[in-house]
Amino acid sequence: MSAETAILLSLGVPVAGAILIALAGRISPNLREAATLVTAASLIACVWSLLPEIYAGGRPGVQVSEILPGIHIAFQVEPLGMMFAALASGLWLINSIYSIGYMRGNREQNQTRFYVMFAVSLTATIGIAFSANLFTLFLFYEMLTLSTYPLVAHKGDEKTIRSARVYLGILITASIGLFLPAIIWTYSVAGTGDFTPGGILQGHIEGPLVGLLLGLFVFGAAKAAVMPVHRWLPAAMVAPTPVSALLHAVAVVKAGVFTITKVIVYIFGIDFLFAEPSSGWLFYASAFTIIAASAVALRQQNLKRLLAYSTIAQLSYVVMAAAVLKPLAEVGAAIHMLAHAFGKITLFFAAGAIYTASKKTELSQLRGIGRRMPITMTAFTIGALSMIGVPPTAGFVSKWYILAGAFQADNYAALATIILSTALNAAYFLPIIYLAWFEKDNTPAGKEHGEAPFAAVLALVITAALTLGFFVFNAPAVELESQLVKPLMQGQP
Amino acid sequence: MTGIEAHLPVLQVVVPLLMAPLVILLQPRGLAWAATTATSLMAFLVAVQLTIVVLGGQELYYELGGWSAPYGIALNVDSFSALLLLILTGASTLALLAGKVSIDTQIEAPRQPLFYSAWLLVLAGLAGILVAADAFNIFVFMEISSLASYVLVAGGPDRRALPAVFKYLVMGTIGATFYLIGVGLVYMMTGTLNLLDMEARIHEVADLKPILVAAGFITVGLALKAAVFPLHMWLPGAYTYAPHAVTVFLAACATKVSLYVLLRFDFVVFQQNLVGHDIQFAAFLMPLAVLAILVGSAVAMFETNLKRLLAYSSVAQIGYILLGTSMVSVLGLTASLLHMFNHALAKGTLFLAVMCLALRVTDLNFSHLAGAARQMPWTFGALMLGGLSLIGIPGTAGFISKWYLISAALDEGLLGIALIAVIVIGSLMAVVYIWRIVETTWFKPAVDGNATLSEAPLPMLLVTWFCALANLWFGLAPSLPLRLSGTAAESLLQHLP
Repeated sequence: MSAETAILLSLGVPVAGAILIALAGRISPNLREAATLVTAASLIACVWSLLPEIYAGGRPGVQVSEILPGIHIAFQVEPLGMMFAALASGLWLINSIYSIGYMRGNREQNQTRFYVMFAVSLTATIGIAFSANLFTLFLFYEMLTLSTYPLVAHKGDEKTIRSARVYLGILITASIGLFLPAIIWTYSVAGTGDFTPGGILQGHIEGPLVGLLLGLFVFGAAKAAVMPVHRWLPAAMVAPTPVSALLHAVAVVKAGVFTITKVIVYIFGIDFLFAEPSSGWLFYASAFTIIAASAVALRQQNLKRLLAYSTIAQLSYVVMAAAVLKPLAEVGAAIHMLAHAFGKITLFFAAGAIYTASKKTELSQLRGIGRRMPITMTAFTIGALSMIGVPPTAGFVSKWYILAGAFQADNYAALATIILSTALNAAYFLPIIYLAWFEKDNTPAGKEHGEAPFAAVLALVITAALTLGFFVFNAPAVELESQLVKPLMQGQP
Repeated sequence: MTGIEAHLPVLQVVVPLLMAPLVILLQPRGLAWAATTATSLMAFLVAVQLTIVVLGGQELYYELGGWSAPYGIALNVDSFSALLLLILTGASTLALLAGKVSIDTQIEAPRQPLFYSAWLLVLAGLAGILVAADAFNIFVFMEISSLASYVLVAGGPDRRALPAVFKYLVMGTIGATFYLIGVGLVYMMTGTLNLLDMEARIHEVADLKPILVAAGFITVGLALKAAVFPLHMWLPGAYTYAPHAVTVFLAACATKVSLYVLLRFDFVVFQQNLVGHDIQFAAFLMPLAVLAILVGSAVAMFETNLKRLLAYSSVAQIGYILLGTSMVSVLGLTASLLHMFNHALAKGTLFLAVMCLALRVTDLNFSHLAGAARQMPWTFGALMLGGLSLIGIPGTAGFISKWYLISAALDEGLLGIALIAVIVIGSLMAVVYIWRIVETTWFKPAVDGNATLSEAPLPMLLVTWFCALANLWFGLAPSLPLRLSGTAAESLLQHLP
């Protein structure tokens, strides 16, 4: 299979899968679930088949059509996008296994619509990952927003719809109000919006305008949830947990930070931004988001909302790492997308498993739950440790690189932020772990429960294993992402 | 160019005009509809053929009866007229194809031939405006189309259409009279009615005051007909209470044809000869455009009748079109002409979907629409696509014109930033009002008998979806309208000094 075919297939497979799922849904739920799993597995085959070429330094691309003069729908695979696509497609399969357990365990309505829209969302995610220019990225970015709306509003009651309105309102407003003008601005000054190593804006724009344009991009890509455009993420927690797990811990939110990282590396160019003082605010905005979101997370009583605020903080880790504007920090940003994904999806899986088994959603209900659901809570503990950044988990690896990047730039504020936020992370995760394992069980009589359905438990065991495994086997990812900044790494210690 | 092709510009008008009286004779059921649709379809094919010729780089010039201008009647088709002819004949054909069932339920059988006859007169009149090369024939065709469209709007079963149409008639007549006064003044000073001839002869006029007055009259008169804010008062009522098929037809093209005349007159005759007129033009229309976008969208956000909501959205969209022209630049004009095409697609789709809905529900007020779409997923899908295009989501036609509009505004410096803000705010308001439709029709619990509705008939759905998919097609491959509007913008501006 040539690389071009693989790229197009990666986009086509989920769409075909969506149609297949819709048709199979009319016949039997088992067939429908089989269609989902087959689609997810085929997507992995397509996406991952691109890996060897990217490792070898290839940057395969394909241009689909020219919309307007100079504006194309085109795809090109580079290390960052490759990693994002590989991550999203890989976790989709695990998440599908989990969804089956969760959706059936909770007897959710409209399951066919759920699986169809999930497949469509994945198309959009892969499209974002592989896009070769800002225009294509924006196209799929909006598609992702719209296709996840039915998933967030899945329950369909008044409260859910209100939250879904916040979700859509913030994401659409920011993308049309800020992101789109930023894109058009870029095209009009640089004449192109292609992602080019080293950036395209140098010499076309200078002074405070650089900071302004960067601001339009960062707040326009509201999926990255940099404060104050973060409110949609807690609102999105009304969705069924598999949606929160894959989309609002991995695909959608990572699409935001992916966009920002990509814009910084390939549109501005990190050297250009580093030399431009007006871009300095981004670092502080993201550092503030990390601390503030962690502080808010401390006060949450609902498990999913706590995880949402933790996600907001972790996303800003990526943005902050990218904003440090040094090669090692960019690598750290990329690795953190991966590390956080493994840990956070495990945590969400655990939260969903708890809900499925016991309908518990609040922290206070979790006393002693470790003895009823030992596997789930072990996985939860691993995920939480990864969030804090304790070895031997994935979170440690990415923090290592971000810290190394901060030293490269002599940026001690970054150092202080990371230390403070690590303390805060520990302050809100450790009590839960303590509660779950060491407090006395307070489940009311008659509501006894054990583990969640097998499919759900299986999925969270896999992701917990990934979280641990990544601590040891991170070399392939680091090697891949080092290519992101390769020309810059030479000649630097 | 040989044979029939040379006569295409006149056929565009003459065929529907001649068919109009004949249709009255076709009393048997369905025959009038078939004849009208066939005529409209033929007009569309002629428009397509004209477009092909124009895209080949030719302008068609036709002298009626071989009498040469400025003495005879001349017709003129360039890419600007071709673009609008496509919109006009396309909208008419799609509305007729989809609207058969709807018209059957709204217009009683004995009156149907008269109704279709009026429809053809509107078609002929509007097509006449688009091909006419002189100011007086434009006036004649304008009157034909206006009078016939009053009949169409009042033709439905809703009695509230009558006061609405009376308002429409009074304001339309004032607009036409203003236009005629303006044309009279120009004629007084130049002795000609042919637009190109006027352009040449105004050079010889010593006293330009009457020309300036004429420019004022013509601009205001046509702005009235085009429902430019704040002269839009007739539009919401007329669109809301007209038979649904008529709304599809008129919403897609009627106001745009008046804008066409406004632009043609202004750029060809006035801009070149009146000193500083381009600045006056921009300074007069730009604030109105901005207000139209903001006020129209704001009213739409709080409107509770589906058709009235979309009508106010049209007021806002006319604002976008004007905003592009008021920049008086190639990019701005291109954006504006492109938006004429794209808005026709989006609004056409929306009103087609509304027609499907109206066939099943009792009333188009939001309180009666709750939960209706869940039983009509295909109608709802088309409604969504049209709405997304109206908002300007990438991948849809609406996005392309917004992109051009913002690019044009970027060339305007500091003022441009403010204009971009207006465009963006307008788009966000569109998100709000489109989303209100979605939430009401899809997510709200069903009321009345809305839980047991059936999907609209297949032919209607096919046409509606054809139009909805056209929004996607022209969002991903916009080269046809882009070339037409680009060429038209350049040819309009070449008259500038």
